[in-house]
Amino acid sequence: MADFLLELLSEEIPARMQARARNDLARLFAECTGEGGLETGAIDTFSTPRRLVLIARDVAAASKASREELKGPRSSAPPAALEGFLRKTGLLREQLEERDGVYFAVIERAGRPAAEILSDTVKRIVTDFPWPKSMRWASGSMRWVRPLHGIVAIFGEEIVDAEIGGVTSGATTFGHRFHHPGPITIGGVADYIEKLRACHVIVDQEERERIVREGAAQAAAGAGFALLSDEGLVVENAGLTEWPVPLIGRFDAEFLDVPREVIVLTMRTNQKYFACANDEGLLAPAFVCVANIAANDQGQAIAEGNHRVLAARLSDARFFWEQDLKVPLEERAGKLGGIVFHEKLGTIADKVERVARLARWLAESGVVKANADQVERAARLAKADLVTGMVGEFPELQGVIGGYLAEAQGEPRVVADAIRDHYRPAGQGDEVPTAPVSVAVALADKLDTICAFFSVDLKPTGSKDPFALRRAAIASIEIIVRNGLRIGLNEAMRGALANRAAQSEDPAAIHRLDGNATELLDFFADRLKVQQRDAGVRHDLIDSVFALGGEDDLVRLLARVAALQNFVETDDGTDLLTAYKRAANILKKESWTGPVVMSSSAAEGIPQTAEEDPLVLVDDPILKDAVAEMASGTAGADLPQERKLILALDAAEPKASAAVGNENFTGAMAALATLRGPIDDFFDHVTVNDPDPATRERRLNLLMRFRDAVNGVADFSRIEG
Amino acid sequence: MSLSFQDLILTLHRYWGAQGCVVLQPYDMEMGAGTFHPATVLRALGPEAWKAAYVQPCRRPTDGRYGENPNRLGHYYQYQVVLKPSPDNLQDLYLGSLVEIGIDPLKHDIRFVEDDWESPTLGAWGLGWEVWCDGMEVTQFTYFQQVGGFECRPVTGELTYGLERLAMYIQGVDNVFDLRFNEAGVTYGDVFLENEREMSAYNFEVADTNALFDLFRKAAAECERCLDARLPIPAYEQAIKASHVFNTLQARGVISVAERQAYIGRVRDLAKGACGAWIEAKGYAA
Repeated sequence: MADFLLELLSEEIPARMQARARNDLARLFAECTGEGGLETGAIDTFSTPRRLVLIARDVAAASKASREELKGPRSSAPPAALEGFLRKTGLLREQLEERDGVYFAVIERAGRPAAEILSDTVKRIVTDFPWPKSMRWASGSMRWVRPLHGIVAIFGEEIVDAEIGGVTSGATTFGHRFHHPGPITIGGVADYIEKLRACHVIVDQEERERIVREGAAQAAAGAGFALLSDEGLVVENAGLTEWPVPLIGRFDAEFLDVPREVIVLTMRTNQKYFACANDEGLLAPAFVCVANIAANDQGQAIAEGNHRVLAARLSDARFFWEQDLKVPLEERAGKLGGIVFHEKLGTIADKVERVARLARWLAESGVVKANADQVERAARLAKADLVTGMVGEFPELQGVIGGYLAEAQGEPRVVADAIRDHYRPAGQGDEVPTAPVSVAVALADKLDTICAFFSVDLKPTGSKDPFALRRAAIASIEIIVRNGLRIGLNEAMRGALANRAAQSEDPAAIHRLDGNATELLDFFADRLKVQQRDAGVRHDLIDSVFALGGEDDLVRLLARVAALQNFVETDDGTDLLTAYKRAANILKKESWTGPVVMSSSAAEGIPQTAEEDPLVLVDDPILKDAVAEMASGTAGADLPQERKLILALDAAEPKASAAVGNENFTGAMAALATLRGPIDDFFDHVTVNDPDPATRERRLNLLMRFRDAVNGVADFSRIEG
Repeated sequence: MSLSFQDLILTLHRYWGAQGCVVLQPYDMEMGAGTFHPATVLRALGPEAWKAAYVQPCRRPTDGRYGENPNRLGHYYQYQVVLKPSPDNLQDLYLGSLVEIGIDPLKHDIRFVEDDWESPTLGAWGLGWEVWCDGMEVTQFTYFQQVGGFECRPVTGELTYGLERLAMYIQGVDNVFDLRFNEAGVTYGDVFLENEREMSAYNFEVADTNALFDLFRKAAAECERCLDARLPIPAYEQAIKASHVFNTLQARGVISVAERQAYIGRVRDLAKGACGAWIEAKGYAA
């Protein structure tokens, strides 16, 4: 056994690709050695901007020897069969074994030396490496992420020979590009990491990340500031350096007039700098950059150079900011008519008009307790920053810039905040707006987007969701649930669809409204299940409540689901579910659809088809009791368990339905729980399939009444388990 | 004393000339980037070796700022180096050029930061980096993979130095117009400030958009006539012309977002046609 070292030296590998490359390297190595039957111990992988490195411990000296036996034709078979078998196995007849009148070929394979298997492994890794983007260079046809210059492959102390596309393996690599540009000879795993460290290369990315993380914090602290920590930047800077050296730099405090987000984003995205804050948490006029050299002037020139680059960027940003401040947002909004939102959905101005109406409706109808005028104002200004220079430069600051401009131009705080936050939540984990004006605009914007695209049949399909409508639906759900908004989605979406139809030149748009509204509710139901999955809410329970139909108030729906989930996880609940399924199965088996006219379900009522309907009499109070008795089937109930169940239902049904009416779903579940004992006793002692047809019918009706009573709370047939 | 603007150019000429490059003069047409020069685009196609270095004036009408922004210009210079096939030591050759113009890589932080290059109007793309010097992008470094929609075999390595930025860096100047152009007291502003003012006014306010639309159509038509006549170089020149007219129309703000893609596609088709004709004329296709 010995350790194996592989280093693939190339030109600079993009920082963002390194983590995946390390995983791919380990996976490919394990696959190839596994297929070759070569046993290895622990595998570690490392990356620097110029290297991908793998260290495998305790690699066996050779793969295991193997013995394989192949069954051939019977010895009595025609000669052709034997010839075929000999050809296939490459053996002579004398080499076959004959047992019980059948030929067997025994193929023994000696173990292959590790060096051979490792050589094949290296070639396959280089040939098959799944870079997200790869390239050719010079006159060759091999591909790598950037030109590949060297392969170090050493097993124990021996070089593993491999040659791919003109690159030959060996023991030579190079140190830091500037500190140690000359060749270094590597002995093996034992000296690799330390030899490179001596040549200003820290191979282990985690060590470099630590240096960046801690060094940056120290550099900031040394200047009396606190570093705004940013793990993404830590990893990126570690991926850009072999010898990271964090350095503090300053910028002119006068740039602090520019919105904080702009400064932080400029520094982060364009320059990979960390931002700093002062004691009060305000942005400090300082940054930390990470150099790749220990400079011979302690980094003075580097800090100075970076300072000048940042100054140029910030003065550009300030120029845009000052220009943007000069034009009122309202005037900007006027230009939105020139920007197409989508070719089938008009301009951004059209969208703004729809959002403003919907948002106003949300406020006026009381869904959101906000001042309707402020809501409409915020909605009308919300997209105006799209035509500012600042958002042109930094598209990811849409909303944020509008918020700053609104505030600077004297809009009320709540309006400015709503403009800033109306794209939120923009992704999982993003903050959900809670200020009423913000809530109204954010929700209206998303509902409008979803409804508008559905109205022109641009719906998500399979894995394709080019307009991020699923994300928008989940964001809407988060806003509704987080703020406990009592909104009838159906009405809201019909409103949104009608707004769009009113703008549309397509006369059919209005006629598609019903179909769209139905589709949209299903779409939301699916998203709700996805969104609630993370919170541990069972999708089958959501289905069981949606299946009742007509429920489009997500807050009420989720309260019911929560109570249901608590219930079905108790003994009462599990047991009642079992009884429910048994009852439903019997009814299904018997194809029982209940008494011909008199439905036992109060909700369905008795069908009235015309004035002269003979059944109008059922409303007569004198007949009422008799009719009820007939419907429930008490008449003639002869077994105590039957009577007990009837009484239990008589008590539970009104309680459950009243509780549902009051949105007291826990109460409704408690009412259902009282049925557990009676239904169990019923099944234990009563034979439904009585030979007497009248008795059988009565008992089937009773089971149906039980099933429907349970279904009044949730469609238990959708519940799993 | 750091290099003046003109000495920076002369130093790079000497350096790349010594590497076997033909040192060319700028192409005498308006273009948005040094890449458009036929010495890059057409020569990147086909099997023959090719090494060239040249300065190319670049015109980007939308970047004009009337000479009021210290960092943005509507007209500036790129120093372009193309080496085909890309030599194995291209990065080292490039770093050698930085040392030559006075940048000490043990004092300054030189970095290769991922930046994949794509030119939708040329139907070209490549992988490479932007090279940072103390956080400033000084060069675009690209290994061409496709040009005009055709695979590049062998691969051309392309280096594009932003001359003004590099000079500002070397001279420690914060305003481009303060650059020392030569050693005799002439500044960059002395030479170009008035140009920036007038050309910004022309590009943003004065240029006759109807005439430009007309010019675009005519260049496109002329390109196709040249293609019919199997004359790839004149065809390519007309594609360059159409591209520049399109850039000016953009600056005038008369091309909508929706139309923009169509114009880019039109220029790309012209450039691709010229590249295809070049491949055919040179007998590469066989």
